[in-house]
Amino acid sequence: MRRYAAPILLALLIAVAAPAAPASAIGPGEALEDANLEDRARDIGRQLRCLVCQNQSIDDSDAPLARDLRRLVRKRLTAGDDDRQVVAYIHARYGDFVLLRPPVDERTWLLWFGPAVALLAALAFLLWRLRRPRPAAPAESLSPEEAARADALLGDRGDEP
Amino acid sequence: MLSRRLLYLAPLAVFAVIAAAAAFYLQSGRDPRLLPSALIDKPAPTFSAPGLEHDDRIVRQGVDSASFEGRITVLNFFASWCTPCLVEHPQITALSKTPGVALVGINYKDKPADAANWLARHGNPYARIGVDPAGEIAPEFGLYGVPETFLIDRAGRIRLKQVGPITVGVLKEKILPAIETLKR
Repeated sequence: MRRYAAPILLALLIAVAAPAAPASAIGPGEALEDANLEDRARDIGRQLRCLVCQNQSIDDSDAPLARDLRRLVRKRLTAGDDDRQVVAYIHARYGDFVLLRPPVDERTWLLWFGPAVALLAALAFLLWRLRRPRPAAPAESLSPEEAARADALLGDRGDEP
Repeated sequence: MLSRRLLYLAPLAVFAVIAAAAAFYLQSGRDPRLLPSALIDKPAPTFSAPGLEHDDRIVRQGVDSASFEGRITVLNFFASWCTPCLVEHPQITALSKTPGVALVGINYKDKPADAANWLARHGNPYARIGVDPAGEIAPEFGLYGVPETFLIDRAGRIRLKQVGPITVGVLKEKILPAIETLKR
């Protein structure tokens, strides 16, 4: 039990240290005064890809383009758009790539459902293999020479305490 | 027993299918880095950008999206700090001399003095220049960075988008043929 104590403690420390809300790149003066609207802007920002970064959301990124898009999100929200309209506005200009969660349509069925289909197929195959009657393993007995060798080896073990 | 032996070939068959699919896409000449533009065949976003002014002098009048209607427009986002913009400058200049085409620039996140000096040094081919100092017009066009160029038809619809510099090859093989098609 004792040797597990250190790893468990470390894991707990990491879990506690992990921030509840991911850090944001939002700079001073960028946030909206209306806390409710700002929350919505943050939510939307986390769904949109910073197009010039390595798979960061615009909420996460320091890139100038991400900052411009955050400002656009806030401008649309202030203008009275609902969350969906804001995302649609940016989607219409930047295309599917801006969405961190790709839309489900006929072009992305393989992406969305491919893994589940592959898993089901593998499970079905496994089930089929397991349920098939297995040929009985041929019973093999030792030849007299093998039996003598085995006895000799086992006999050596007998000396041990 | 034979069917069981064939089963051992199944992974190889699966691999062959995947390899064939990969080979097909590699040979098809598609560049996966090219992102389809969402704005192709859509009306150009409406905007109004003030003109480029420097030393109390108007270098060029501003740009209004309403002016796109009725003529073929090449809309080029550029900046003095952008090195690839310098690379495409001779081609942009050539475009400005193409009859029947209005060449319009958007000066992106630039200082007016820098832009004016850059244009004085390298030539100013633009009929109009709107300034976008804060990068507010750029996201309306789905801009990634500079340079980017949009070809807008007489109805005010975006028909072609070039991300990155217009090289001599891009001008000859992509931009000029597209302009010819629009002229018809």
